Amino acid sequence: MNAGAGEPPAGVYRRYLESGLLGFQRCASCGAVVFYPRLVCPYCGRPDLAWQTSSGRGVVYATTAVHRREGDPYNVVLVDLEEGFRMMSRVAGVPAEDVEIGMRVRLEMDYKGDEPVPVFVPEGEDR
Amino acid sequence: MNLRAKVAVVGIAESDLGEVGPEFTPLDLIGQATLRALEDCGLAKSNVDGLFSASAYYHMPTLSVGEYLGIRPRYSDATSMGGSSFVSHLFHAAAAIDAGLCEVALITYGSTQRSGGGRLVTGSEADPYEAPYHPRYPVSMYALAASRHMHQYGTTREQLAEVAVAAREWAKLNPKAFMREDLTVEDVLSSRQVSSPLSVRDCCLVTDGGGAAIVTSTERARDLAQPPVYLLGAGEAHWHRNISQMPDLTVSAAAESGPRAYSMAGVGPEDVDVAMLYDAFTINTMLFLEDLGFCEKGEGGPFVSGGTISPGGELAVNTNGGGLSYNHPGMYGLLLIVEAVRQLRSECDDRQVPYANIALVHGNGGVLSSQVTAVLGSENTL
Repeated sequence: MNAGAGEPPAGVYRRYLESGLLGFQRCASCGAVVFYPRLVCPYCGRPDLAWQTSSGRGVVYATTAVHRREGDPYNVVLVDLEEGFRMMSRVAGVPAEDVEIGMRVRLEMDYKGDEPVPVFVPEGEDR
Repeated sequence: MNLRAKVAVVGIAESDLGEVGPEFTPLDLIGQATLRALEDCGLAKSNVDGLFSASAYYHMPTLSVGEYLGIRPRYSDATSMGGSSFVSHLFHAAAAIDAGLCEVALITYGSTQRSGGGRLVTGSEADPYEAPYHPRYPVSMYALAASRHMHQYGTTREQLAEVAVAAREWAKLNPKAFMREDLTVEDVLSSRQVSSPLSVRDCCLVTDGGGAAIVTSTERARDLAQPPVYLLGAGEAHWHRNISQMPDLTVSAAAESGPRAYSMAGVGPEDVDVAMLYDAFTINTMLFLEDLGFCEKGEGGPFVSGGTISPGGELAVNTNGGGLSYNHPGMYGLLLIVEAVRQLRSECDDRQVPYANIALVHGNGGVLSSQVTAVLGSENTL
């Protein structure tokens, strides 16, 4: 599933998610890894971004537990994927305050809402 | 183009602050602050030919302000980079005045967010790649940065709390500060968690308020009512908009804007008598102390401990009490300028920093995104 120049990057990204994959881009000109998806490489400025799919393996770079008036806090994290890009996400299946920087995580698609959402679970745990 | 001492801030004012009550509009506060600032310097509304504003309320803020006040500017700049916008306006006004595009610039802002519902009013669009995870804008973004700083440098919640306590100690000396009760490190740590590691006392206030600053050429400034406060240098930088795109959550673009401003001014951090650092959250003060060269990267925690930035400490930081304890009307950048000018005019009574000749103003906007630094100086610095 390679994106032609005419395909909207957000649409290609969404179709990857719908097939259970996390898409990202690599610049064919300068080799930079790019996320979120765009038409133009923010490093070299060329329109040569090619799609790849992530292994889904990453490490928590930063984390916060968001507290609310009612209910348990939930976590919001930034994850560094092993291909070299970073994204916001959450670590599912563990209490918010137990998520730690440096924790190894792997991708799990959350299909509970209208659209699939890429989240992560601690590496080595099957749920 | 070197803008050193080409322009001066000649008039400043706050509007009413804190909680102004229902049915006042942000434009009402802008009108109030503008009249006070004009009175401060002795210029008339009809002298204003450059208009600068930013707003979360008005999509075309200089149009709204111009209409409300009956100002027909020949130069208009609504640069919108969050809370830093107004420091940027000061920089841009200097360039415009120096180029002869306007002569008397009005920079102004107002917000009624507290009376209007007690929540941050923001025009920020959600990032589609962040929105599914429901970070609370903007606190969760700053919390992520704090988490990283703690992980990487061993910074503690107690050290973050020291920033809030220092701000409160200054606020106690400022009659206009919104929160002046005692505050201890323990109080900060035990306050309600919002987005860990930040609790509610790590977060800026939600108040009403506004301000105005009048800027003109150095030549013209010398004939006005107040001692001119000169713009010695300024610099801007931004590297990202959304937190997930910030290259390193422990280094802000202040690491570029600061050196740009210092270079133009011909000064360094060691020359600064008063540092006004945009403290939307406690982590901000720490990051900007590091990025602007007041301490080494990663040393912000130890640096702020033990009263270093409190009244009587080694470095006067946020002497009005900051966004944390003085006022934070949605965007706070203009009020940084107001306090810096007051310090350099020696108008600060109990909180006056002795022999203050150089003030650094550092504005932050977005989610550690936009960084704008300005260096202001008294007559003695020319």
